[in-house]
Amino acid sequence: MTDLTSFSAAELAGLVARGESSAVEVTQAHLDRISAVDDRVHAFLHVDTEGALDAARDVDSRRAAGEPLGPLAGVPVAVKDVLTTKGVPTTAGSKILADWRPPYDSTIVRRLRAAGTVMLGKTNMDEFAMGSSTEYSAFGPTHNPWDLSRIPGGSGGGSSAALAAYETPLSIGSDTGGSIRQPGAVTGTVGVKPTYGGTSRYGLIAFSSSLDTPGPCARTVLDAALLHEVIGGHDPLDSTSIPAPVPDVVAAARLGASGDLTGVRLGVVREFAGEGAEPGVLAAFRAAVETLTKLGAEVVEVSCPHFQYALPAYYLIAPSECSSNLARFDGVRFGLRVGDDGIRSLEEVMSATREAGFGPEVKRRVMLGTYALSSGYYDAYYGQAQKVRTLISRDFTTAFDQVDALISPTTPFVAFQVGARTADPYQMYLADLFTIPSNLYGGPGISVPCGLADGLPVGLQVMAPTMADDRMYRVAAALESAVGPFTPPAL
Amino acid sequence: MAAISREEVAHLARLSRLAVTEEELDTLAGQLDVILQAVAQVGEVTAADIPPTSHSVPLTNVLRDDVVASCLTPQEALSGAPDAAEQRFRVPRILDEDVAS
Repeated sequence: MTDLTSFSAAELAGLVARGESSAVEVTQAHLDRISAVDDRVHAFLHVDTEGALDAARDVDSRRAAGEPLGPLAGVPVAVKDVLTTKGVPTTAGSKILADWRPPYDSTIVRRLRAAGTVMLGKTNMDEFAMGSSTEYSAFGPTHNPWDLSRIPGGSGGGSSAALAAYETPLSIGSDTGGSIRQPGAVTGTVGVKPTYGGTSRYGLIAFSSSLDTPGPCARTVLDAALLHEVIGGHDPLDSTSIPAPVPDVVAAARLGASGDLTGVRLGVVREFAGEGAEPGVLAAFRAAVETLTKLGAEVVEVSCPHFQYALPAYYLIAPSECSSNLARFDGVRFGLRVGDDGIRSLEEVMSATREAGFGPEVKRRVMLGTYALSSGYYDAYYGQAQKVRTLISRDFTTAFDQVDALISPTTPFVAFQVGARTADPYQMYLADLFTIPSNLYGGPGISVPCGLADGLPVGLQVMAPTMADDRMYRVAAALESAVGPFTPPAL
Repeated sequence: MAAISREEVAHLARLSRLAVTEEELDTLAGQLDVILQAVAQVGEVTAADIPPTSHSVPLTNVLRDDVVASCLTPQEALSGAPDAAEQRFRVPRILDEDVAS
C-alpha cells in the first residue's frame, strides 16, 4: 500500500469518504511518521496521540452510521501553538505559558473539530510569533526538512516544516508580518494569509491585534483552499471579524488548476526589484513570471512608492501593540509566577516573572513598543507609522485599479543556516520585507513554491485586494500546475 | 549619535516590568539603538495631512445582543492561575501593611 502520508488532504478526504481507508488508519500513519522523524525536525511541541485517535474513531463511527461528513472529515491537521486548545497545552513558544492548558477552544480549532478534521498536535513557533526562523522558540528551533542544518522560517516554522516532512497534510498558522508565507516559501509549501478579518482571532494569543491573521498551510493550493473554507467566515466572538461570506477560494483553486490565466493582469512591484533579494531568488522569480505569462496572464510593472517604508512602519506598529498585549502576562491569572515569597511586592513579582518567562526577542519588542508609545516620542514614531500605513494602503488601492493582483518573491532569501541571523536582530527582520505590506493594508497574500535556488525552495507571493482572496488562489493554482511539485530529499 | 542611551533603556525596562540584568542592559542598548535608527526612516515621509490608520477593517461599535450566554465557570477561569483562594486570583501584597490598616 502506498504510504498514506504521501497523499494530499483532498485525496485523503476522498479515501475516508469512500471507505477505502479509515480515519484511524490515516491518523495512525501520520502519528507513526511523527514518531519516525520529529526528533530530527522538531516541528511539534505537543503531540496529542489520544485526542487524535479519539477524533478519528468518531469520524469512522459517524461514517458507519451514515451521517454526513464534512469535506475534510478524517484528515489530520497540526495547529500552531498560538491558538488555544481546550485541555491541550498551549505555550505560544514561551516559558511563561509552559504549563498552561487553556479552558476553551479558539474559534479556528472549534471549526476544525466541527468539520471532522483530526488535530494531531501543536506546532513549534518563535515565542509569541515574533521571529522569522523559530530560533526564538523557548523550546528549541525547528529544522527545515530540505536541509536539517537550516531554519524552516518563522514564526510558524513548525506548521510548515511538518508539511514538508509529511507529518501532516494540513496545518494552521498565524501571519502578522509574514509568519505563514515566509515559512511556506522556505519549506517549499503553500502558506496563506487571508484577508484581515476573514478568519477569526478569537483564541489566537495576541501579538499585534490590528495585524494578526490566522490562516491555512498545506502542500497544495487546493488543500489550502479547502482548509480556508473550513476555518474562515464571520465570528461574532471577534469584533474585527468581517460579516461577509468567505470568497469562493475552492472554486478559484480548481479554476486556476486548469492552467489558464487569460485575461488576468498581474503587477510586479517596481520598488521590490532592487531590494536586496538573493540572485537565486530573483532568478526563480523571473522564471515564474515567464511561466505566468505563458499561461496567459498579462504582467506589467506597477509602482508602490511607500512600500519601502513598510518594514520601519511595521517595526513601530507591531511592537507597540505587542507591548500592550503582552502586559497580560503578569503572573496573576495564568502561566508562570516567579519570586512570590511573601516579601516581594506585586510589582517586583511581575518584573521577576516577566524577566524569567520572556525570551530576548520578546523583551526587545516589548521595550521598543514601550518606547514608541511613550510621551514625547508617540507622534514621531507610532503616530507617524500609522500615517505611513495609510499611504501603503493607498499604494495598494491605486495598484489594484491597474491590475488584478500583485506578485513578488515571498522572501528575499532562501532558508539560512541555524544561527546565521540571531546576532543582529534587524537582519532577521529583513526576512519579512516583501510580506509586511499586505499586513499593514489588510489584504490577503499567498506563497506558492515557484522554483529552487541552490537546491532550496523559493516562493512566489500573490497579493490581492481585501476580500478578493479567490483571485490569488487562482493565480497560485495555475502556477502550481505548471511548475510543481517540489519534493524535499527523503529524511 | 546613539538614538537611545543605556539609562533610557533601563527606564524602559522598568516601565515594561522587566527585571533585566546589567549584562542584558548592555546588549539591549546596542540592539535597540540599531533598530530605532532603522525605524526612524518613517520620519522621511511627508505625511502631515495624512490621516492615521489604526485598523484595516472599518467596523465600529460591534456589540452582541445583551442576552445571557454560557461562559467559563469560576473553576475553569481559575484553572490556570498560579495561585487562587476563595474563588479569586490570589496576588502578592499590593499595599504596605501600615497603609492597608
